[in-house]
Amino acid sequence: MAVNALTFSVSTGTVFGLLGPNGAGKSTLIKMLTTLLPPSSGTALVAGFDILLQPKEVRRHIGYVSQMLSADGELTGYENLLISAKLYGLSRAERAERIGQALEFMQLEEASRRLVKHYSGGMIRRLEIAQSMLHRPQVLFLDEPTVGLDPNAKHSVWQRISELRQQLGTSVFMTTHDMEEADHLCDTIAFMHQGKLLASGSPAELKSALGPGASLDDVFIHYSGTSIAEGGTLRDVAQTRYTARRLE
Amino acid sequence: MLPKLATPHGAWSSFEPVIFLQQASAVAESDIRKLIHDPVELLTRMVQPVLWLVVFGQVFARTRAIPTGGLPYLDFMAPGILAQSVLFGAIFYGISLIWERDLGVVHKFLVSPAPRTALVLGRAVSSAVRGFFQTVIVYIVALLLGVQLRLEGRAILGVITVVSLGAATFSTFSLIAACIVKSRERFMGIGQILTMPLFFASNAIYPLSMMPAWLRSLSSVNPLTYQVDALRYLMIRNGGIEFGLEVDFCVLLLAFALLVSIAAKLYPSIIR
Repeated sequence: MAVNALTFSVSTGTVFGLLGPNGAGKSTLIKMLTTLLPPSSGTALVAGFDILLQPKEVRRHIGYVSQMLSADGELTGYENLLISAKLYGLSRAERAERIGQALEFMQLEEASRRLVKHYSGGMIRRLEIAQSMLHRPQVLFLDEPTVGLDPNAKHSVWQRISELRQQLGTSVFMTTHDMEEADHLCDTIAFMHQGKLLASGSPAELKSALGPGASLDDVFIHYSGTSIAEGGTLRDVAQTRYTARRLE
Repeated sequence: MLPKLATPHGAWSSFEPVIFLQQASAVAESDIRKLIHDPVELLTRMVQPVLWLVVFGQVFARTRAIPTGGLPYLDFMAPGILAQSVLFGAIFYGISLIWERDLGVVHKFLVSPAPRTALVLGRAVSSAVRGFFQTVIVYIVALLLGVQLRLEGRAILGVITVVSLGAATFSTFSLIAACIVKSRERFMGIGQILTMPLFFASNAIYPLSMMPAWLRSLSSVNPLTYQVDALRYLMIRNGGIEFGLEVDFCVLLLAFALLVSIAAKLYPSIIR
């Protein structure tokens, strides 16, 4: 069972980080919360809407950047934004305004007419976040948003995630394997292992609970153990590697 | 310092059917823009109907073995070849869904508030646009080969409508197959299995009257038969019609509506 009887809540306007080893069930949980996958039992409220009873309302109020590359490499950056804006029902005037702002905010104005397959990894991720924010969602889901990025690109993505939260009050739900990222961005972190939530709290709380001088890496190892039997399915691993390779 | 963003709220004041059309057209637009950036696919699709008309058609025209009701064989088969080239293109359309699923692009569409029906219809429209270009090439080659085409505006508009409906129907059928088989390798096998029976159990290159009874019953439930029937009437001078335009359109529309409703249900399963 990928996800087993979880109960948790995320405060509005905060960044919630879900950590855990490969195959812990993080991506499955995100797929459930974004209505891509129905849970076998139980439910959840996202932005106040039930994922089973009001999936369309949930989708209207969330943004999602998947672990894989959702930007279409065969389209330009501008076209990717335009298609997303239309899918979210933005009017012509709103489309023009928000696409312009998004390109400026993500520093993609000059590259906007180039095919995305010629973008760098950092540019692609910034574009994907821009796409997911065009309709100003209340909750933004980020599934390993900086996997495969170099440190510069990573910091550029972090800066924009923080800024989006500050400017728009967006709640962010993210998964990551990068402990520095979790420490830098998250107000609350939850550890997931074998489909269950083992612990949650602020990065400082989790570290101090382990003892003085503990890092988030130590916390991660403490909760996930050192077993090498886990690691997700072949498809999970292939997708992550493929994404990382394309973003390099 | 990053620039300021606009108002932090979404926009859902518009009339829902307008948004539905916008969402469906966005899916089609995405695909059509890709074709504009790289039209190689359109060009390669033009080769097959040209070969069928120029090589197969001209050879078979000499045999005079097929009863065409007084029509030259090339005239008889030209609508069949148009329908066939649209079918062959549309039936493999589903593989693009599997490819986009593997890339992650499908997730973006599925997590948007666009109804699944809009996503399916958008893809059908995109397939119809590809069918339009195949119509153009078949018309050009047919004219060069001396096929007696009906060139009145209404007839051509009718042909475009029938081709669009056929492309939309078979591409939606292909989408359903993709959602069921899920992998590219399996899909290629299924595509090969589907195309030949659909093609040969139709009136594309020989009349229904030539078929044994069992094949004729099979062809009567094949939408391609009705597509060819309508095309033969609308494309060719004195082409004749077996079932009537109303019946042909009704069958194609019903098949399309049924397949869209099934595809919309199955569409989210492509990522599972």
